[in-house]
Amino acid sequence: MLNKPIYFDHAATTPLDKKVLEKMLPYFTENFGNANSQHVFGRNAVKGVDEARDSIAKIIGAKPGEIYFTSGGTEADNWALRGVAHAFKDKGRKIIISPIEHAAMISTAKALEKEGFIIEYMKVDGEGFVDLDHLKSIVDDDTILVACMMANNEVGTIEPIKEIAKIAHEKGALAFSDAVQAAGVLKIDVKDLGVDLMSMSSHKIYGPKGVGLLYIKTGVRIESIITGGHQERTKRGGTTNVPGVIGFAEAFRIADENLEENAKYVSSLRDRFIKRVLAEVPFVKLNGPVDGAKRLPANADFSFKYIEGESILFSLDLAGIAVSSGSACSSGSLEPSHVLLALGLPDELAHGSIRFSFGKHNTVEEVDYCVEEIKTAVDRLRKMSPLFKAEGEINYV
Amino acid sequence: MYNEKVMEVFKNPKNVGEIENPDGIGTVGNAACGDIMQISLKIENDVIVDAKFKTFGCAAAIATSSTATEMIKGKTIDEALKITNKIVVEKLGGLPAQKLHCSVLAEEAIQKAIEDYKSKQKGA
Ligand SMILES: Cc1ncc(COP(=O)(O)O)c(C=O)c1O
Ligand code: FES
Repeated sequence: MLNKPIYFDHAATTPLDKKVLEKMLPYFTENFGNANSQHVFGRNAVKGVDEARDSIAKIIGAKPGEIYFTSGGTEADNWALRGVAHAFKDKGRKIIISPIEHAAMISTAKALEKEGFIIEYMKVDGEGFVDLDHLKSIVDDDTILVACMMANNEVGTIEPIKEIAKIAHEKGALAFSDAVQAAGVLKIDVKDLGVDLMSMSSHKIYGPKGVGLLYIKTGVRIESIITGGHQERTKRGGTTNVPGVIGFAEAFRIADENLEENAKYVSSLRDRFIKRVLAEVPFVKLNGPVDGAKRLPANADFSFKYIEGESILFSLDLAGIAVSSGSACSSGSLEPSHVLLALGLPDELAHGSIRFSFGKHNTVEEVDYCVEEIKTAVDRLRKMSPLFKAEGEINYV
Repeated sequence: MYNEKVMEVFKNPKNVGEIENPDGIGTVGNAACGDIMQISLKIENDVIVDAKFKTFGCAAAIATSSTATEMIKGKTIDEALKITNKIVVEKLGGLPAQKLHCSVLAEEAIQKAIEDYKSKQKGA
C-alpha cells in the first residue's frame, strides 16, 4: 500500500530528520541560554553553536571563522549581494548575475539597480548552463561581483562555479554562489571552488527552517545588513537561533556522511521517472540538463504541452501527490517561470511546467504511481484545452 | 488556497468540450498570460440551450468556466449577459484575490460568444 499524500517537493523543503530533532530538543529547554550571555547557560549555548560551526566548516573546507549563521538562504543571498555592493560601491558599479537565480537574488539585484548599480545578466543555454565565453566578455574592471547559483532549484542545472569564479577573479571581481540547493547534495569545497562567498540553507537537507549561513572568505570586505548586537563577530546582529544552528549542523553532517549513497538512490528514482514520463506521456519536454550527472540528483522538471502548470499541480494534489509548478500563475503573478523563459522556452511551455523533486524516503512504487496519475491528469486536462485540439489531436494516441 | 467547492468543480467540471456548428463561439486570453478560454453556445430563439467550454488555464479558470456555462444554460442571451464574474465567483464560494482575473475571462468569453451569435443573426 502507498502512504499518501506522496511528497515529491523536496526542493521546496524537506521534513526534519528525527535525529536532527533529537539533537535540537535540549537547546529549547535545558540549554536555552542566550549565546551572548556569560554565565553557564550562555556558555552551554555557545559550546553547541561553536561545535556546529566547526562541523559545517570542516564539511565545506572553510575555517569556522568564515561561517556566519543567518535566518536562511534568502537572508544570506541578500547579505552577499547588498553587503558586497555597498562595501565596494567606490570601486565599481557593476554586478553580474545569472538569469536563473532564485527570487532572493533577482529581487535583491533589482533593488540594487534602483540604487544605481548596474545589473548585467549572464547568458545561459537551453539546459541552463552559463555561457562562459559570454561571461568573459562582460566582466570588466567596473565589475564588483559575479554571482551564480551552484545548482538551479527549478531545473536542476549544476553550474561550473569553479570556472565562473576564475573568470571573476581575472578581472578583480568577487565570486558568490548560492549553494542552497547544492549543499549537502553535491560535494562542496569552498577553497577548491575558489568562491569568496557562498550561501546555504538548512531546511532543504532535512534540517529546520529559518536557519542558513553565509560563507565569507577571510579578508573579504562586506557591509552588514542586519545591524544589532555583537553576534557573529559583530557582522550579523540578532540573538543566535541556537536550536536552529545545532539542527542545521546535524542535518548537514548526516547529509554529508550519506552524500554518495543518497545521490545514488534519489537519482535512480529520478532516472526511472524521467525515462517513463518521456516514453509514456506524449507532448512532453524535459527541462534542464539531459545528462543526469550535470543535474541535481533529485530533480526532474517537465513541461506538458497544451496545458497549464497549476491545473496539473492540483490534479496531482487531488491524486495525493505533492509537486510544484514553475508557472507563476500559482504564485499569483501572471508571469511564466523566469527560469524557463531564460532557457528559451516559449510562454506556453513555460506555463505548463511541473517540478518533481525526490527525497530519501521516496520509493519506486511512489514513482510508478505518479507516472500513472500524470497520464490520467494530463489526458483529462488536454481534453479540456482549446490549444490541444488546435495543434495536437491528429498525432495523439 | 482554493475552497472545497472550487476544488470539487475543478475535479468534476461540467460542459467540457465544444459544440459542433455552434450558434456563437468566443475565445479570449492568450498563451503568454497562461489563460485561454473558449466558450461555444447553442442558441434557439435567443435562449441558450447548450454551452460548452475549453480552457487552458489554472484550476480557478477551469472551475469558473464550468460554473459560468452551468449558469447560462436555459437563460436568454440578455439574462446571460447579466451574469458577471462576481456572480460566478459568489456561486463558487469565493476565489483568492489573485485569481479573480481568471473569472473575468469566463465573463468575457460568454460576451464574445453572444456577440458572435448576434453578428451571425444580423448576417443571416
Ligand atoms: C536556490 C535557492 N536560493 C535561496 C532559497 C531561499 O532559501 P530560504 O528558504 O532558506 O530562505 C531557496 C529556497 O527556497 C533556493 O532554492
Ligand atoms: S489561469 Fe493563470 S492564474 Fe488563472
